[in-house]
Amino acid sequence: MSTDIAAPRSPYTREPKRNGVNLEKWGWVYMRVSGVLLVVLIFGHLFYNLIFPGKVSILDWAFVAGKLADPFWVVWDTLLLWLALIHGANGMRTLANDYAHGRFRSVLLWALGATTVVLIVLGTLVLTTFDPCLGETNNAELIASCAAQ
Amino acid sequence: MWSWVLHRITGTAIFFFLLVHILDTALIRISPEAYDAVIGTYKTPIMGVGEVALVAAVGLHALNGLRIIFIDMFSWGPRAQKVMFWVAIGLWIVLLLGFVPRHLMVVFGGH
Repeated sequence: MSTDIAAPRSPYTREPKRNGVNLEKWGWVYMRVSGVLLVVLIFGHLFYNLIFPGKVSILDWAFVAGKLADPFWVVWDTLLLWLALIHGANGMRTLANDYAHGRFRSVLLWALGATTVVLIVLGTLVLTTFDPCLGETNNAELIASCAAQ
Repeated sequence: MWSWVLHRITGTAIFFFLLVHILDTALIRISPEAYDAVIGTYKTPIMGVGEVALVAAVGLHALNGLRIIFIDMFSWGPRAQKVMFWVAIGLWIVLLLGFVPRHLMVVFGGH
């Protein structure tokens, strides 16, 4: 009696590429490049906000306003926002692809994409339209420039 | 394998913190009072300990991430992966020794 045994290996087939860009490869490159930049940006952020002032109580609106009155920190925080959120979202996409299946995966990926876009737009608008003269600070330079307006 | 598991766990935790952190910081655009009210609720010992956990997670993810880059980029990387894991753990302990005692003194020392 003969038994049909399936071929031990079926060739892995992939859909023909529609274009020459390998997005997964660029995602991989992005994780490494943004990762290195984030090490610098995040530890700078933590050092300036938590260690340098020496007090937790310094973290209030006046402290943030004093920082964001300086274009240097606006650029720093904008880079941090974009690089970190896309790095995190791409990492969560990897997890969704590994652990979620079927319709649940599609819903997760959709929610992830929507959350990322909304928060990047929100964060960028906050950073670019922020008015450091909205409240009181004890930064003499800032008080003078706000009074001059 | 544990470095891989830890990378995923710390990455997920940091991602959810980041979502909240973007939303709370967005309050600076609304009013100083709104921002200070929310940040004020963070200035508790529980959140202070939470900050230790956050810095620990970020530190581990960063150091292990650099280790992954070294493994990928250099021909000696894969051979040295185990040594680099323990180097990362060592640097992580040094980082936390520098941060945690000082931070907890600030948190519990009534600023």
